[in-house]
Amino acid sequence: MIAIDIHKKLKVGARETDLNVKLQADKGSLTVIHGPSGAGKSTFLKVIAGLMKPEQGTIIVNDQVWLDTSNNINLSPQERRAGFVFQNYALFPHMTVRQQLAFATNDTKWIDRSIAIGQLQDHADHKPDYLSGGQQQRLAILRAMANKPSLLLMDEPFSALDQTTKVGLIADFKVLWNELLTTVIIVSHYPQELAGIATQELYIGA
Amino acid sequence: MDWSPIWLSVKLASITTLLLLLIGLPLAYWLSKGRSVIRLVLEALITMPLVLPPSVLGFYLLLAFSPQHGVGKWLHDTFNIQLVFSFPGLILASVIYSLPFMVGPIKSALQQLPASWAQASYTMGKSEQETFLKVLLPNIRSSVFTAMVMTFAHTIGEFGVVLMIGGNIPGQTKVASIAIYDAVEGMDYGTANNYSLLLFAFTFVIVTTAFIFNRNKAKSPLE
Repeated sequence: MIAIDIHKKLKVGARETDLNVKLQADKGSLTVIHGPSGAGKSTFLKVIAGLMKPEQGTIIVNDQVWLDTSNNINLSPQERRAGFVFQNYALFPHMTVRQQLAFATNDTKWIDRSIAIGQLQDHADHKPDYLSGGQQQRLAILRAMANKPSLLLMDEPFSALDQTTKVGLIADFKVLWNELLTTVIIVSHYPQELAGIATQELYIGA
Repeated sequence: MDWSPIWLSVKLASITTLLLLLIGLPLAYWLSKGRSVIRLVLEALITMPLVLPPSVLGFYLLLAFSPQHGVGKWLHDTFNIQLVFSFPGLILASVIYSLPFMVGPIKSALQQLPASWAQASYTMGKSEQETFLKVLLPNIRSSVFTAMVMTFAHTIGEFGVVLMIGGNIPGQTKVASIAIYDAVEGMDYGTANNYSLLLFAFTFVIVTTAFIFNRNKAKSPLE
């Protein structure tokens, strides 16, 4: 179970707005966040991961306090270890598929399984430049999950994929998330692409 | 021809480049992380040797290193170290003078990397230091190489600062650029030409090497 309540000032161009978001999600659930551009959806994910600090707020994940501004508690991203899939994938250009996964975990069995789940067996020794968009996306998700995080945050993960690839990918990963009881939060411009899979939706307005 | 000025120049440039690599990497990383006033002021100071006449820098370093005043006096009285007219003094002056050539390209390269690379590494539990060494540094290798080559070449070509701080002591501070000046002063154009040709060819080779090494990555050796 996660409980989040944050308040952060946002600067979009010359305009200043307040980002006030409350979210509760059960363990193993999948929350889709949608809303207009510049409303703070990506910022919200970064605040959860500890990559940005809000002015006020609390974040509690599976009974562990990650953030409580009133009591000066603010765990670092390293301590939180939330899985994070970036919009631009953030794959390291100098590492092969296997090295990217090995950077995140020492569990070689899990690395082999991840490569198999991602259908990347033929590309294990290839660097990201030699992978297709879909393969890069799968690797980014698998790398974010290599630590088996309790919470997986995904920022527009399917924006560059065609509909068929998207549906197949989501189905493949849903099996894994169910197995690991991963709580997933996905920012998406098209929440309908996750219809039937999402447990709840959250709208963040401008 | 006396080869000691050439050897001294190469020795000075090698030591300066190595020291600046150790100083420049963490400094460039720190400068690349923000735009605070302290960073801006420090960056301005680091960049100043690019535009300041070398004699100005040399003059102030001469005052600072002088055994009669301030830091130079303290070094002399406490550790019996004299920096003026000595090889260690030349190294220190060269490190200050060539600092922008090492820090500039590395800082720009770091700033051009997507912030998400470091952020992804942090969420995987990696420290800032490990992230720098294993994620960021391997992706700016060509810029680090360029910075090293330019620092080396720039130190080889130093004249004003070296003359002010080191003078012209054979085997100690008489580097190639000083030897050329000295030969011309003595109307020995043949020796001056030998040293000049060597420096010309040497500098051409190392700058061309940098271009070849980075031909697909950088538009200019200063990037």
